[in-house]
Amino acid sequence: MISDRIPRLFRYAAALVLASGCASLQAAEITGAGATFPAPIYGKWAEAYQKASANKINYQSIGSGGGIKQITAKTVDFGASDMPLTPAELDKSGLVQFPAVIGGVVPVVNIVGVKPGEMRLTPALLADIYLGKVIKWNDKTIAELNPKLALPDQGIAVVRRADGSGTTFIFSNYLSKVSGEWKQRVGEGASIQWPTGLGGKGNEGVSAFVQRVPGAIGYVEYAYAKQNAMAYVLLANAAGQFVAPNDASFKAAAAAADWSKSAFYEILTNEPGKEAWPITGATFILMGRVQDRPAQAAEVLKFFAWSYKNGAKMAMDLDYVPLPDNLVKLIQNSWGQIKDASGKPVYSGK
Amino acid sequence: MISKRSFKLGDWVFFNLTRLFALATLLLLAGIILALCIGAWPSIAKFGGAFLWSREWNPPKEDFGALVHIYGTLVTSLIALAIAVPVSFGIALFLTELSPLWLRRPLGIAIELLAGIPSIVYGMWGLLVFAPVLGNYVQPMLTASLGRLPLLGGLFQGAPIGIGILGAGIILSIMIIPFIASVMRDVFEVTPGVLKESAYAVGATTWEVVWRIVLPYTKVGVIGGIMLGLGRALGETMAVTFIIGNSDQLTSASLYAPGNSIASALANEFTEAVSPMHTAALVELGLILFLITFVVLVFSKLLLMKLSSQEGRST
Amino acid sequence: MTLDRPRQRKLINVFALTMSLLAVAFGLFWLFWILISVFKLGVGALSWTLFTRMTPPPGSEGGLLNAIVGSLIQVGLATLIGTPFGVLAGVYLAEYGRYGWLGRTTLFINDILLSAPSIVVGLFVYAVYVARVGHFSALAGVFALALIVIPVVIRTTENMLVLVPNSLREAVYALGTPKWKVITKVTLRASRAGIVTGVLLAVARISGETAPLLFTSLSNQFWTMDLDKPMATLPVTIFKFAMSPFADWQRMAWAAVFLITLGVLGLNILARILFRQKHGS
Repeated sequence: MISDRIPRLFRYAAALVLASGCASLQAAEITGAGATFPAPIYGKWAEAYQKASANKINYQSIGSGGGIKQITAKTVDFGASDMPLTPAELDKSGLVQFPAVIGGVVPVVNIVGVKPGEMRLTPALLADIYLGKVIKWNDKTIAELNPKLALPDQGIAVVRRADGSGTTFIFSNYLSKVSGEWKQRVGEGASIQWPTGLGGKGNEGVSAFVQRVPGAIGYVEYAYAKQNAMAYVLLANAAGQFVAPNDASFKAAAAAADWSKSAFYEILTNEPGKEAWPITGATFILMGRVQDRPAQAAEVLKFFAWSYKNGAKMAMDLDYVPLPDNLVKLIQNSWGQIKDASGKPVYSGK
Repeated sequence: MISKRSFKLGDWVFFNLTRLFALATLLLLAGIILALCIGAWPSIAKFGGAFLWSREWNPPKEDFGALVHIYGTLVTSLIALAIAVPVSFGIALFLTELSPLWLRRPLGIAIELLAGIPSIVYGMWGLLVFAPVLGNYVQPMLTASLGRLPLLGGLFQGAPIGIGILGAGIILSIMIIPFIASVMRDVFEVTPGVLKESAYAVGATTWEVVWRIVLPYTKVGVIGGIMLGLGRALGETMAVTFIIGNSDQLTSASLYAPGNSIASALANEFTEAVSPMHTAALVELGLILFLITFVVLVFSKLLLMKLSSQEGRST
Repeated sequence: MTLDRPRQRKLINVFALTMSLLAVAFGLFWLFWILISVFKLGVGALSWTLFTRMTPPPGSEGGLLNAIVGSLIQVGLATLIGTPFGVLAGVYLAEYGRYGWLGRTTLFINDILLSAPSIVVGLFVYAVYVARVGHFSALAGVFALALIVIPVVIRTTENMLVLVPNSLREAVYALGTPKWKVITKVTLRASRAGIVTGVLLAVARISGETAPLLFTSLSNQFWTMDLDKPMATLPVTIFKFAMSPFADWQRMAWAAVFLITLGVLGLNILARILFRQKHGS
């Protein structure tokens, strides 16, 4: 009985495989992979771009490290990473990078009676909490900063990311900048050895843990804090002002940055600027310098040119911050570096 | 009539066909293990045996050790087995001996449906729905009752947040119940009726028939089913990573504490591991998981041999 | 034997049978709790557009069509490849090679690989196939899933075949049947139910697996039937959507979970009907 059905099933399967082999040749199909943080906005831009041009830009989130690995291995047309590579690393891997969009990382707390934007923390205090040195909410140092809040005698439950992530990189980079002890003991990276705390899986996991555990503090991307109405914290920035995380303060951080550095290697944490949010970060696109598929590379650049021009509102709707115009000009000028095997730039600006 | 030539040809073809597939399977599976060894080599060379008992896991400083992960993997799988094996046995017993005929198929399908729920759902459901219930109701109850016992009580201390090794173990047990129960049911069902009937004929109760006749007859299959479930528990990634708390510290013996497991660490960190030593350390973790399975398998074979050697003796 | 012995045995019997009833209740309790939770979370997204539109970015209208079809194709092909592989290898292990080096080694290594984290399988396929070929593809995803199906099918096939009593085989041999006919027409048929269980368990498992697909078939925002390109699947889509902060994506993720569960249920029922063992043995 079974032996009757199998030949028929195999025939169907063979037909399916043959039929699928005939790929459509008109529209371009581009594959990109990398950071999870910008995945929603790349997807949004890709949907709109497909309606405008019929080209399909398929971006999938596999993590910043995954993005770097895959573009180095040339299994994708472009990679994406929340961590910029240093010019030396770019040279070694033969890559070019440019920023695409900006976002912020926000500390959130779960303390009874504390509403969004009420808790104030200094950078040193945040570092001490994550180092495990300050362990109760009614500690003197926190109480001094927040005289109007009724802080409970409750242990601080530190929550951080379990999985390696660009968000962790930005957060740990910031803590390294503001705390010498953090820099020496822990350092920065997408995966680090946390002195204390529970590890949540993804931003979703951290949000869930923070909402679940009384007295918790965690860090999440701005979109999560906003969409889940979490109690975000006001941080003192490099200029000494307590700022709230929002589009304006992320933009201020981006504006205060110096983008003329080579290869756009710029980490936007702790930027000067009165209104700047101290834990801001750009997310980057990585492409090969010498392209053996120049047509595909040109399509990638066309997509980003289109998105810079038409995608600003879509980005803001999803709680990202689009790049300032002068930065976009610098980026598009840098695209001349991406050349095909004969040395000709793949993108002419059209 | 069957001619002598077709006799031999059919047998020859079939024998070699199956042997080809077995060989191909061996090559594929051995290839995976070999690829793991190659990938883990930098880490093995650097850390040697100390990797197995070091508690450090520091990617920026490139200092790695597997103790926390091994502990988490073993303890969660143990909890899972401790719950799932008796429950699966009870389910298989019910399905084969007690259940009315019309209920057997639907009930069997319902239990197998537990296997069809995606593992990420177990993870997210575990975190969002189960962990609060565990933390708010079950854990305080356990601390108040079992937590008072002298030695065992140490396992049930600490903050009842629901997240942690106990939560992960319970979720795992639910995930592996369908595997163990279905296999047990299938092997119980093929026990020759003549064995059971003779036992009933001398006045054995249903329980005695199952415990003393069916189970010993099917013990190889039962152990095989348990291995299937254990394999799933040891290697489960998504369900565990949401609820185990992913802490790289091993400071308390309590089951309420957060921990980490090998599969969870692999899944969490592999995509972001940029340094080759970090990647190699993660691959070595995977290799250790296979080592654990190897050890468990050897134990199970020894157990089976011991049980077989006791057959035929008077009780 | 004391006088109380019969009553003692009766009591133990009743106790044991009650416990087994409780065990069933235990299992069903979790099943219904999970299914009801998932239904409540996803019911807002259940609609016909799920089956007619592609996966959308957040805030846009869309459905799950490319993910559903992608899952059907990849799970279907993986089962089609993995089942004969596993059954034939299992036949060798149980009928021909039980005491030889090939049989015993393969069985042992197979049992070790049953516990392979699915991400390891995915990374293996990435290293030997995706990295060589230079791009992600649905075919790579099919290979990874097949590598998860094979050990499960081998385990259950071998399990069931060795339990077929030798008296059955001897009776058929006595009629002068060649060995291959004994196996295909008698032994395999006798253990059919158990082998089907094994296949169903494997299919149930791979239809919910995310990790092995992340580095092989990746996923695709758009429609494709090309096996040589990245293709969307339900589990990867669920992973992406459920872990996002957007409520519309989250609802769709839970609706997708419901679809997978229904699919597995349907397949289960179908397979049991098609391959049912005629009672009377």
